[in-house]
Amino acid sequence: MPQPREVAGFGAIWFTRFTAPKVLRFMVRDDQLDRSEIMKADVSALEVRGLTKRFDRPAVDALDLTVRTGEFYALLGPNGAGKTTTLRMVAGLLKPDAGTVSILGIDALADPVAAKQITAWVSDEPMIYDKLTPLEYLEFVAGLWGIDPSVSEISAHQLLASLGLEPHLHERCEGFSKGMRQKVALAGALVHDPRLIILDEPLTGLDALSARHVKGLLQERVRSGCTVIMTTHILEVAERMADRIGVIAAGRLVAEGTLAELRQQNGRGDTSLEDMFIALVDAEAAAA
Amino acid sequence: MSSAAALTWFARHEIRLAWREWLAMMTGSRGKRKRAIIALVVFAAIMHLPAYAVIGRFADLQAPLGKPELIVITATIFLAWALMLSQAIESVTRVFYARADLDLLMSSPANLANVFSVRIAAIGLSVNGMALLLSTPFVDVLVIGGGARWLSAFGVVVAIGLSAAAVAIAITVLLFTLIGPSRTRLVAQIVAAVIGAGFVIALQVAAILSYGTLSRFAVLTSDAASAYAPDLDSPLWWPARAAIGDGMVLSWLMAGGLLLLGAVMAIFSPRFANTVVRVAATTRSIRRGPRATAFRGGSRQWALRTKEFLLLRRDPWLLSQSLMQLLYLVPPALMLWRSFSESSDAIVLITPVVVMAAGQLAGGLAWLTISGEDAADLVATAPLPPSRVIRAKIEVVLISIGAIFAPLIAALAFASVTQAIVTALGVIIATVSAAAIQLWFRVQAKRSQFRRRQTSSRLATFAEAFCSIGWAATSALAVTIPVAAMISGALTAGILAATWKISPRRD
Repeated sequence: MPQPREVAGFGAIWFTRFTAPKVLRFMVRDDQLDRSEIMKADVSALEVRGLTKRFDRPAVDALDLTVRTGEFYALLGPNGAGKTTTLRMVAGLLKPDAGTVSILGIDALADPVAAKQITAWVSDEPMIYDKLTPLEYLEFVAGLWGIDPSVSEISAHQLLASLGLEPHLHERCEGFSKGMRQKVALAGALVHDPRLIILDEPLTGLDALSARHVKGLLQERVRSGCTVIMTTHILEVAERMADRIGVIAAGRLVAEGTLAELRQQNGRGDTSLEDMFIALVDAEAAAA
Repeated sequence: MSSAAALTWFARHEIRLAWREWLAMMTGSRGKRKRAIIALVVFAAIMHLPAYAVIGRFADLQAPLGKPELIVITATIFLAWALMLSQAIESVTRVFYARADLDLLMSSPANLANVFSVRIAAIGLSVNGMALLLSTPFVDVLVIGGGARWLSAFGVVVAIGLSAAAVAIAITVLLFTLIGPSRTRLVAQIVAAVIGAGFVIALQVAAILSYGTLSRFAVLTSDAASAYAPDLDSPLWWPARAAIGDGMVLSWLMAGGLLLLGAVMAIFSPRFANTVVRVAATTRSIRRGPRATAFRGGSRQWALRTKEFLLLRRDPWLLSQSLMQLLYLVPPALMLWRSFSESSDAIVLITPVVVMAAGQLAGGLAWLTISGEDAADLVATAPLPPSRVIRAKIEVVLISIGAIFAPLIAALAFASVTQAIVTALGVIIATVSAAAIQLWFRVQAKRSQFRRRQTSSRLATFAEAFCSIGWAATSALAVTIPVAAMISGALTAGILAATWKISPRRD
């Protein structure tokens, strides 16, 4: 015969596990849910298992990848290795043929909306509207992510100022250079305070000062507990900024670890990342 | 390479580019080229039927012509010239602003005056090519019905094509001088739209004010028009006389066209280069948005809708394209105003015009909002289901159409409540149909590709046009012969269903 305390405890667990979320979802609009509701502690920022995508040939081939929370992860690889395809599948822009994608414990394929709420995507081609000003663009992005305007407005001004765009707040983006457009796109990605930032070649076409602004902003985000995954062809950036580096070739992860671990794995004590990268890619090409 | 050889070489290059661009526009992709050419030939053959209906009765005309006939033929030729001029103005602005190869040309050691002479000639050639293509069914009908003398109509088309290209270049360069490069693009497009539609609309307005009908011929064949027209030996009638086979006049016209284009090439070619340099230097002009107001809150769909409305408002391409369709609403609006003072059966004609305009405008708006998304990745990575994104975008189309057509329908309700209800239903159905077709055939594109939206899917273009015409006819019949409206409505619904069946995105 169950004791009243046991019944109450079971009832409390049942309510917490099954009923409360439903009631909460019913009472509060999904875009007003606190992001802490959908994030779980002590989980990887990104966990990819058996991710596969074929076009006319396999672009991503049963890829397994884990990125820890609060980590700056650089994904390297030669052209056509499958980096962008992988990240586009993670961001929900491309449907995988097989495999699973988990973002901070959320199954991104089963519940893409919840996963997108805490993710930002920045591509090498800035996704902005020529006819909007940077402030209008950020207001739109914040609205899309359902951020409280009183919060997003302050954040937008801070972001644009930190990227050196303050003098251009009220100018339409149509006259902006590639670097300025990229900075607006990056500000848009950060305005909703994402927990996972995915960047595909974000430094392409940026001048030295702009690149420094962007790198500074990303490092600041990592320090505040955010996770950054970035592809880049500038190996020096990966060498200096990344906590861990993954090398992808022909859709598979061929090496992964910190710079020191990569050197150890390859038995090259003091070589540069560039030399190791070329050796790894050459070895993979020879094996293929 | 000598100067003449260089000129010939560049002309060959231009012709090759123009040919490939035209082919791509007509066929979409290499794989479908053969099928598209067959479809084009079939379409041209079918076009002979409406051409016969419109122009067949004029095939027997013999010289000397009376004033009413001369007026009708001259007006028709002038309409063709206005349309060519509209197309030529668009071509010229494209040459100025499509900078893909201008940087290359201008950084080369080639003589820029020569280069732009060839480019001006290419504009003339492309305007003539398109005009000949479109006029062929009409001239064929005249030749079959009235004999080989009508072949001279082709010569008239060439002559007016040359003069249209020359005038277009002069207008555009003049606009550059008067209002500067940054405004010329928009103004030139609006001018092109107004010129294209203006003549027809002016005739309709005159017909409504004088005779209470939408028919253009009412004015052209009236005694008043004959009374005001110049004498029979006036040069104004030369194009009409040339069209019916007066060889001498035709020679004069062609020589005049060539001379005009030659003069424009000589005067404007050196200036063309300077103008292009000025455009290149000012394209990066700073345009300021409004001073910031506080961020506004709302749902995610609200954010999407606000963005779409803002972009639509700031889109000069759309403005000029939409203006053409809205201009056609002027005559029915005028007719409505007139019907308040005089009871007239002709008011029935308002319904199909309004429904047709709504369908066409909705198609353009739906393309801009659904397919023309400049930040497609951003919207796709936003935390809201695709269905809600689509819903918000369709709402924008419906609200825009509602805002434009509601006042007209409200005014119509004062004249006839039943007709207003039928017109409102027609507008809604035509709008929903056009939006649905754009949804089923959506492709990811930049808003700047709006001009080429028709080429991305011929099927969608034709389906959209047929549905607009079908719903316009159904609405008109619903007011006059309700039983026939049921048949017409069923046929149009059938077209829509068939379009859905063969569309790539039936979800």
